[in-house]
Formats: sequence, structure tokens, C-alpha cells
Amino acid sequence: MNKITNNKAWFLVLPVFFIVAISAIIPLMTVVNYSVQDIFDPQTRFFVGTEWFEQVLGDSRLHDALLRQIFYTLSVLFIEIPLGIAVALTLPRKGWGVSASMVLLALPLLIPWNVVGTIWQIFGRADIGLGGYVINLMGIDYNYAQNPMDAWITVLVMDVWHWTSLIVLLCYAGLRSIPDAYYQAAKIDGASRWAVFRFIQLPKMQSVLVIGVLLRFMDSFMIYTEPFVLTGGGPGNATTFLSQFLTRMAVGQFDLGPAAAFSLVYFLIILLVCWVFYTVVMNAGKQGEQ
Amino acid sequence: MQFQKRHIGLLLYILFLLVPIYWLFNMSIKTNTEILGAMTLFPDNPTLANYATILTDPAWYTGYINSMIYVGINVVISLVVALPAAYAFSRFNFTGDKHLFFWLLTNRMAPPAVFLLPFFQLYSSVGLFDTHIAVALAHCLFNVPLAVWILEGFMSGIPKEIDETAYIDGYSFPRFFTTIFIPLIRSGIGVTAFFCFMFSWVELLLARTLTSVEAKPIAATMTRTVSASGLDWGVLAAAGVLTIVPGALVIWFVRNYIAKGFAMGRV
Repeated sequence: MNKITNNKAWFLVLPVFFIVAISAIIPLMTVVNYSVQDIFDPQTRFFVGTEWFEQVLGDSRLHDALLRQIFYTLSVLFIEIPLGIAVALTLPRKGWGVSASMVLLALPLLIPWNVVGTIWQIFGRADIGLGGYVINLMGIDYNYAQNPMDAWITVLVMDVWHWTSLIVLLCYAGLRSIPDAYYQAAKIDGASRWAVFRFIQLPKMQSVLVIGVLLRFMDSFMIYTEPFVLTGGGPGNATTFLSQFLTRMAVGQFDLGPAAAFSLVYFLIILLVCWVFYTVVMNAGKQGEQ
Repeated sequence: MQFQKRHIGLLLYILFLLVPIYWLFNMSIKTNTEILGAMTLFPDNPTLANYATILTDPAWYTGYINSMIYVGINVVISLVVALPAAYAFSRFNFTGDKHLFFWLLTNRMAPPAVFLLPFFQLYSSVGLFDTHIAVALAHCLFNVPLAVWILEGFMSGIPKEIDETAYIDGYSFPRFFTTIFIPLIRSGIGVTAFFCFMFSWVELLLARTLTSVEAKPIAATMTRTVSASGLDWGVLAAAGVLTIVPGALVIWFVRNYIAKGFAMGRV
């Protein structure tokens, strides 16, 4: 669409600008402020330059948390994206089934995150939860509170349960925008089921999938509440991800300087990955059009 | 609707989604002795005592009211400021528009944990700590960019000829916007409100940090009660079920918008 150049449009954007600036820029400046100072109390503070950054970047606990976080986020994406696409393909196209599936699928998305944690905390326990009980009944010794591997799997399954629906809904939106004529043409050409998926359905889902991958990346990279309720980061540090590490540092130990320095690094990692991904995919899309 | 083989997969997936929720519901209508005593798929003596506890104890039910209030305020603020901005982004080029748009989106990427302490200090210093408006404003950080993003997608789908025709017919901008344009993107507004509701309703970290007593959200009530009074599983489960209810109601009301809105919009 050709847009008109008109700087008066700024007036329409101003409210958003102000409201986001208040909640984003002032706190961000505060964080920058903390990250370069050593603060004992509001009157006593020293400028320390990049000391906190060096300390934080050399912290081996942080490296562990970062590795865990990356591995976790990759697992989440590799499971949820294909599963989401697969489920979206099975959804009915019309009839009462559409509304019913929509409501049921969206249900986990609308549950407060700590309640999601509570649900799985209960469900996974061997003594009072159906899930843990059944697994132990099958002869597998399962206890997410003590075995790091079990804790890890439980957190992952919980995330799949919680968020795959988002990918399903997004993909379904992409699928619905395909006109019937495409399918008829494919049928006449004798295209296989795989060819229909590869050359008709997947390209139509591309733009929504980009949004889906970005949202899932950001949110899984920032995950805090669910593992906090479920395992509290344990056993040991097995499920301590970056947000939890940060919150422990800032609120628990009150190490404001290192916590602030770490916040900035954290934010920049997310920003960088999103920007690279977005740019690469958009350029690939443009080349595809030409 | 014809039953096909592929629907088996869908049914299995929905079963996977529903079983943990059913288990929560199942526990909420059991007594604590039964929860801890035996593994039963259906409660032997269904009881509503857990729900009665929550609905009669102000410490519990005010949590729901608080959550509803700040979520409501947040949805209204987000929509009111995002509508004109999204219109500007979808219709005009202006200095710095692309940078502004990307900057807005970066706020969706900021981990709330980063903003925890600064928010606490900011709202304490202006005397807004422990008010509904503080939580609502804090949630604007991620909801306003999201609302702009979604609405812009919907608005770009409306042909510009409609705007031009209206101006030729002598409509002023505010009148055109409220009487013609907004009704055209009804389903877009429905979808946006749904997403704003969703992300504000489920968020706990900021809501818990910015409140103590007066505006304490239900999610925080749950975590605190658990740690304070030991584990009353039945009441905890009942509280969990009650937090699902508002979300389920909202989905039910927007279900047709979602199917339709998803198809035309960006999300």
C-alpha cells in the first residue's frame, strides 16, 4: 500500500510514545545507572565503570544458567513448532468443531502462569497427582523434586502443554487464508499430500510462523514463573534459567550492580537474536518473491 | 463434520491439554483427607467446601476483584492509545516511523525481571505503589506494543479508498475514525482485547512486586497462602480452577472473532 508522508501522524503516536517511554525509558536508565555504580545506600555510591560487567561476564554460574537457557529454548522451539504445525493441520475447517477446538486449545494460554506451575506441581507428584502416579505405576521411578532429569522433562512438558496452542492458533490463521482454488488446482495436478504441504501450506504459514517463533523465543528465554512454582529452580540448579538467576541476584541477595549489568546483557542477547532472525527471514522472503 | 483419521491426533492432543486441568478440578471438589488418602479418578464425596472457603473469605476473593480491576484498566488504556497509533503506522510515512515501531517491539522483548526493581522504585516514588493503576501501567509495557502490532495488521487490510471517500464526503478525522473506521475493524479490536487480557491476566512477577495488600492479585494470594499456612491442596486447587474461569469466559465470547480475526489479521 502506498503511504502518504505526513509528519502530523506523530500526534497520533504520541500517547503510545509517552506511555511506553514512562514504563520503559525511565526504568531502563535506572538499570544503566545501577550497572556502573557501587551503591551502599542512597547517599553513598561510587562510580565503578565496567567492573560489574566484567564480574558478571566471568561468572561461571551465569555461564551454566545461560547454557541451560539456550538448551531449553532450543528444545522448546524444536518440539513446539513442528507439533503446532501438525495439530493445526488436523483442525477442522468448518462446522461446530472449529469453535469448540478454538476454545479448548486456547484454554492453557489463559491460565495464570503460576497456576500452570501449580497444576503441574500437583499433576506430577507421585502421591497425589495422576501423572506422577501413572508413571510410577509403569515401573519408572519418577520424582521431579529430586531427580534433575525428571525435573527437566517436567518443565519441558509443561511448556509444551502451555504454549503449543499459540503456534497452533497462529498456523491455523495462516492456513485459513489459503483460497480453496489452490487445493483444487493441486488436486488436478495430482500433487501429493507432502507437495501440498511443502508448496502451498508452508509458504502461507511463513509470516505467522515468524511471529510464532519470535514470541516463543522471547517468552521461553524469559521464562520465570512456571519453573519457579514447579521446582524452584532445583533440584540443585537443574532448572535455574536466566530470569530466575537474575531475580535471585537482584531481590534475594540485593546485588544491584551485578544484577543491573546482567540485565543489560540479557536484554541485548534477546534483542540481537530477534533482530538477526527477523532480518534473515525477511530477506529470505524478499528473495523468494523475486 | 465428517470424522477422519487425522482427527484422532487432534483428539489425543486435546486430551493431553485437558487431563491436567481435569485433575485440578477433580482435586478441588475433594476433601483433603481424600486427596492425600487414595488415588481416585472421581471424588467419592464431592464437596463444594473448598469453593465456599474462597468465596466467603475476603483474603481470597478480593484477589480476584483486584486482578479483574487492573486487567480491565490495562485493556482499556492499551486499546485507547494503540488505536490512533496503529492507524498512523498503517496509513502514513513519518520521520522515524520504522525506528519507533522497532523500538516499541523491543519492549515486548525486555524480560520483566529486568524492570522489577526500577518499577518498584518508580511507582513508590510517585506514591502509586500498591494501587491497581500501577499494575495496569506496568503491564502497558508489553501490552501497548503488542496492541499496536496486531491492530496495525488489521488496519492495513482495510482499503485506503474508504478513508478518502469519507473525507470527500466531509467527515472530520475524529468522526470518521469513531463512526466508520472502528466498526470496520471490530474483530481486530476483539482479538487485540483478547491478547491484552491474556497477557495481563497471566502475568505474576510485576503484579506481585508492585502490590502488597490493597491491590494484591489472586495469583500472588495463591503463592503466599501456600507458603504461610502449609499446603491446603483442596483450597489451592479450587483457587486455581477459579482463575481459569474468567479466561474461559473471555475465550467463549471472542471465539468467533478469533477464528475470523486470525484469518484477516497479523496474529
